[in-house]
Amino acid sequence: MSLLNTLARLEAVRSGRAEPLATVRHRHLSERPMVVVPVAAAGEEGAPLAVLLGTDRLAPRLFIVPQPLNRTQRFDFLAAFAGELLPYLESFADAVEQIEGSEKDPESGEKIPVVRELCADAPQLIVPNPGAVRHLALLGRSTRFRRTAEDADPGPYPAPPQVPLLGRWLTHLAERAQVPGSSMLLPMTGLLARHWATGQSHLEDQHLAAQLAWHHPPDGLTGAEAAERAETGRDGDGRLLHPPAGPLTDPRFDSQVLAPAITRHDAALAALRQAAPADTDRAALHVKRALERLHEALEAELLPTWRDLWQGLDLLRGLPPAAHLPERWEGDRWSYTGHRDRVAAGEPPQPRRDDAVTAARKLAQREREQARLDIQEALDDPLAMAGHRLAGEAFSGTVTEVVPEYDTSGRSPKPRPLVTLATPDRPHADPGREVHRAGGPPTAQRAEIVAAAPGEVTVRLLSGMGRKKEPEPGTVPEVGERVVFTLFELTARQSAPLPEPDDTPWTHGGPPGAGQSSPVGSEEWE
Amino acid sequence: MTTAMTVHQPPVLFGVPGPGAGPDGPVPPGAAADAAVAAILAETVHPVPGAPRGVVVDSPPGAGKSTLVVRAARELVAAGERLMIVAQTNSQVDDLVDRLAEKGPDLTIGRLHAADSRPAPEALRHGNVTASAKAGDLLELDVVISTAAKWQWVKDTDPWRHAIVDEAYQMRSDALLAVARLFERALFVGDPGQLDPFTVVGTEQWAGLSYDPSGSAVVTLLAHNPAIRPHRLPVSWRLPATAAPLISSAFYPYTPFRSGTGAGERRLTPGVRADGSAVDAAIDEAAEHGWALLELPARHTVRTDPQAVAAVAATVRRLLDRELSAHSEQGSTPLTAGRIAVGTAHRDQAAAVRAALAGLGVPVDPAAGPAVTVDTANRLQGREYDVTVVLHPLSGRPDATAFHLETGRLCVLASRHRHACIVVARAGIAELLDEHPSTEPVQLGVAVKFPDGWEANHAVLAHLAEHRVRL
Repeated sequence: MSLLNTLARLEAVRSGRAEPLATVRHRHLSERPMVVVPVAAAGEEGAPLAVLLGTDRLAPRLFIVPQPLNRTQRFDFLAAFAGELLPYLESFADAVEQIEGSEKDPESGEKIPVVRELCADAPQLIVPNPGAVRHLALLGRSTRFRRTAEDADPGPYPAPPQVPLLGRWLTHLAERAQVPGSSMLLPMTGLLARHWATGQSHLEDQHLAAQLAWHHPPDGLTGAEAAERAETGRDGDGRLLHPPAGPLTDPRFDSQVLAPAITRHDAALAALRQAAPADTDRAALHVKRALERLHEALEAELLPTWRDLWQGLDLLRGLPPAAHLPERWEGDRWSYTGHRDRVAAGEPPQPRRDDAVTAARKLAQREREQARLDIQEALDDPLAMAGHRLAGEAFSGTVTEVVPEYDTSGRSPKPRPLVTLATPDRPHADPGREVHRAGGPPTAQRAEIVAAAPGEVTVRLLSGMGRKKEPEPGTVPEVGERVVFTLFELTARQSAPLPEPDDTPWTHGGPPGAGQSSPVGSEEWE
Repeated sequence: MTTAMTVHQPPVLFGVPGPGAGPDGPVPPGAAADAAVAAILAETVHPVPGAPRGVVVDSPPGAGKSTLVVRAARELVAAGERLMIVAQTNSQVDDLVDRLAEKGPDLTIGRLHAADSRPAPEALRHGNVTASAKAGDLLELDVVISTAAKWQWVKDTDPWRHAIVDEAYQMRSDALLAVARLFERALFVGDPGQLDPFTVVGTEQWAGLSYDPSGSAVVTLLAHNPAIRPHRLPVSWRLPATAAPLISSAFYPYTPFRSGTGAGERRLTPGVRADGSAVDAAIDEAAEHGWALLELPARHTVRTDPQAVAAVAATVRRLLDRELSAHSEQGSTPLTAGRIAVGTAHRDQAAAVRAALAGLGVPVDPAAGPAVTVDTANRLQGREYDVTVVLHPLSGRPDATAFHLETGRLCVLASRHRHACIVVARAGIAELLDEHPSTEPVQLGVAVKFPDGWEANHAVLAHLAEHRVRL
């Protein structure tokens, strides 16, 4: 945790309210996000119990698995979930823009112009917490290889046709969520924690309702008191006022409400199976009622989280968007477009495991995007830059003197002016260290530290001043101007090329062979 | 920076055991080391048909790894081969070029560097060294050396028949994936006890895969080439007899090594008497026993604990003021600024120590002459000094995170010295450790590392407690 974050947390403890960590919003928010609250059965991480989802805060849809251990019911649930989610995901596929680019011709090696489609917008899923992201990834992993009745060999337990497609999309979204700065699948606790500090620990911030309680504590309560009430407050029946936001459930709800309701439903089903023909209608009515009870119980358990998620979105929408958001969202749009194309082209689902080259490529992409995110956040937000300044990795100040000097070692003299600034910051700036000007001329500007004393730093500008002897107007700061320099580079470095998977070297086991696809195992169903 | 480096004598010079050597066994250390090196060179230079394409050498701190690399390079060239060498950082590459050029004046050496950086002057002062940013300019030379990061960009060359990968345990698996196309066979040399490679993004999804891109290159190599049996260098020529047993048992419990010198062969003698201060008492303790713990009162502090930083700076100042002499098998030399290093866990701590030292008039800028090296564990890897002053990674902390507990971090900090190591720390680290047992999640398919940082920290702390001086 950075020093600035620690200070903000201390301030929140003192003020009793969440304190800002950002002056702008650093993640893209869709105008029409899909809000999803998934929960799993207790002790069965891979067994979904219910999901509450929708794009309209007044009309969430609930889907449940009445008996979470029953796989037929589980796949019926997944089919219903897919029926709600897939139309949303696919609704962004048709509106496209044409992007002109160039591509290397594989035969001649020459660059040829190409026009590529880029979807104008992309879907966005908002879930309560990182656990929900992992749960969706798990659902994706367990469904994307399911065979359906449409397959040549459907196997003994074919899944409904849209289930494997749901698995591929969930897998793609969960993978994309691993890329720093991406916004296609976002946990609300992380979103809030990026923009506001509370006076509690990171662990406590994982509780969505407790974190939100710091934002608008009721009159007369501090944030800490409101958070404690959100964590432990129960109604007259002993149910939590703010149940866990999933994928785990409240154990007391499980034992006192859920388990009896599931038992009743199981019993009603059993009775229906054994019912004499004359009693079938009555037995079916029992099943229907038991199902409705389950539905009501789970809806009541999930609705508080649903409301919390929309409240969190309201808070975030109150912040102005950061300047680099469209650029990063374009990365998400490319990712969406790419997956859309792979599905349309009939490519197989994502493999069970990445091969060596794919894993290395993904790691390189994530590291590059992390670097880019850190830089862009610092450039977009004075509070983010303040964190770097406090850490000695940047300094800001007012120019007190500019001395025009020249590098005369070459054929023609080049401008190398000395700029002295008064700064309250204490950068880790040894003489000779390269620094970069933030918010300077449009072209990047490098400088090097010439002297650093408490309260004053002198740098020599090295680039970004044009090609003439005198610097282009506006490229050298003037006396009285506020400037910011960073000790880190302001553009993310390119990643080095990696071999094609078919050229995987001997050190990494050679090319991934056909032997990697696992044989189809037999499975226990019920 | 190379002013701070000591070139190892080839182990063969120590073939005759000194009077204090060999308490650990009947084989004198020089002979044991020579046998290991001979086996490695034979396998590298004259591989038998069908032998694995890689040779792996595990080397504890200061066991003559760099000497081995230089010898292997010279013997390969003598056998008519050209080779490429991969190191991990630019300073490692520059050190290696300098050393290779000095030991092998008959070799032609290429220093491949990035377009926006210049190699260190020590690397370029030799007539047989050519520097270029383009691999194509250097293809005809006997040896071409660069960092893994630069090698990844080299293309359109025929593969070399031989490569040497230095500090291979520091190299990430994905870097090896990118450079392995450049060579047919390779000698991998490294220290398994040092810091693992790291990344700032999440990599859980690849944990347990043999080619986890964020893992160590050697781990991947061995997983895919089970026929490779790693060699070991059994003798540390750097660590004194006071340090080798502790470092060996705390960090290399299953691959023990010993020191090349015996008890009493390395000595530190002060020229100026102690002034009665705790700092001087700690220096005397370290001079006599090889270790000292300068302990400040227990307290939770910010990372750049001003009192601990001041204690580190004062210790370095007094080390210089007291005009110590270092006596060893290489003769007697005065302990100068260039032979002292300060190690910290974090960059901001290093910066704070540098500022405090500059305030006391201690030279810290290597460009202006011999200077005390102040750096983080990551950057001190592979370096060697006479005396080190270490700011304990857990000093003043309210918690013990995986970062601060990492075995390699403490191992690097505690194994850079030829004579003595002075650790500066707040009291209460043992209690802190007991309150924070390791709770890292267990990943399927990932080999559990022994010893874990918790245990290694306790082992080192228990030893240091015998050399405690309270400030």
